[in-house]
Amino acid sequence: MTTKQTEADTTVDARGATCPGPLMDLISEIRAVDTDTVIALLSDAEKSPTEVQEWADESGNEVLDIADEGDHYRIHVKKL
Amino acid sequence: MTEHIAIVGGGTGGTVLANTLAEKLDAELAAGEVEITLFNDSEDHVYKPVWLYVAFGQREPADGRRPLREVVDDRVTIRQDYVVDVDYERKELELVDAIDPAPYDKLVVATGAQLEPERVPGLAEAGHHFYGEEGAQALRDELLEMDGGHIVLSVVGTPHMCPAAPLEFTFMVDDWLRERGRREAFNITYTYPIMRVHGNEHIAEWADPRLRERDIGIETMFNAEAVDPEAQTITSMEGTELDYDLLVAIPPHTGSDFVESAGLGEGGWVDVDKHTLEATGFDDVYAIGDAAQTGVPKAGSAAHYQANVVAQRLASDLRGQPATAVYGGKTICFIETGMDDATFVEFDYERPPEPSEPTRAMHWSKLAYNESYWLTARGLL
Repeated sequence: MTTKQTEADTTVDARGATCPGPLMDLISEIRAVDTDTVIALLSDAEKSPTEVQEWADESGNEVLDIADEGDHYRIHVKKL
Repeated sequence: MTEHIAIVGGGTGGTVLANTLAEKLDAELAAGEVEITLFNDSEDHVYKPVWLYVAFGQREPADGRRPLREVVDDRVTIRQDYVVDVDYERKELELVDAIDPAPYDKLVVATGAQLEPERVPGLAEAGHHFYGEEGAQALRDELLEMDGGHIVLSVVGTPHMCPAAPLEFTFMVDDWLRERGRREAFNITYTYPIMRVHGNEHIAEWADPRLRERDIGIETMFNAEAVDPEAQTITSMEGTELDYDLLVAIPPHTGSDFVESAGLGEGGWVDVDKHTLEATGFDDVYAIGDAAQTGVPKAGSAAHYQANVVAQRLASDLRGQPATAVYGGKTICFIETGMDDATFVEFDYERPPEPSEPTRAMHWSKLAYNESYWLTARGLL
């Protein structure tokens, strides 16, 4: 059985940045893209999953999934 | 063969580096074995923290500006020009005004950060700031004219220079109004883009109750999307709208265009090894200060400590010794908590900041440091 992986339209690689750098990089990208664009945020900051989810809930965007890739998170966010 | 060390940028990082190198390499400079050249696009060196005080009429812009030649060691060559690109194979810098490219053996990028308010519609027209001489003077004039109303301090972009400055301004304007007996005629609101009042959790935990006890409104998760100068409103991506009478904004920042054109990093920020400060993927190229992506704040103290590390590494390398100096993330920061009180933090990659109870003595230490900054720039303090 295979799991279908979310396909991203664009990727923000924020690995190495400390909180809230990854979230700010994501917000910056959200500003720049069109509605319905799926962004993959790569972050190794521990709090990114929580921070991104909280911000997405507040701003009306959607977190599609959060994957633990071992040494970093891959968070897919859709601009609504 | 003369070894050419080229430093691009004459702010705190570039200037401290140039002066520290001149001291360290005195013998080599005298023997003509090394040449240090500092490239800067203006003839002045600027100490930017003065602008915060300009906004409250406590200092003049000229207090934060001196000719670079007066600040930089005579053994360092200063070239007033704009570096636009690098030929990494030939090891040459392309300059705007010079016909011939400038050679380098070691290159240090210290190009700092610049403001880009244009990235938010309406912000450049309507928003005041204290991140530049003209902006600080205009803000001072506006503050002096106001009898009352709503002051909104909005942190629009991060990263930005001096992450403590928005809190400092907010605490200071609150206290400044209280001292004049005018606080009750004003509302003050502080906005921040994420779910707390500061990017650093420890600073946020310290600042949050202090903002509330002074009756300063807080709007977190506020990412400014547009400013309407006519209606005097600022709206966020998250759907919040605030009316304002005076908007003081921390504008979006970017790094230097040179960094982008030289392929050293996106957004004008140089990707570096955060310990050695060597540019990732490039030989003999370093970056320090605001331009370097280290994860520490864009602050003069970080630039200062990084400059010392790179000076040691360059000197070791020149002498054929292993370069052992590394940057541990050290940053120190005074945080003004009013017109007469301040706190102080010191932190690094491993240790978080722990703000102490503000004191008057710390405020005076900050003012004393402002005066002695020129010794720092000279590499003496």
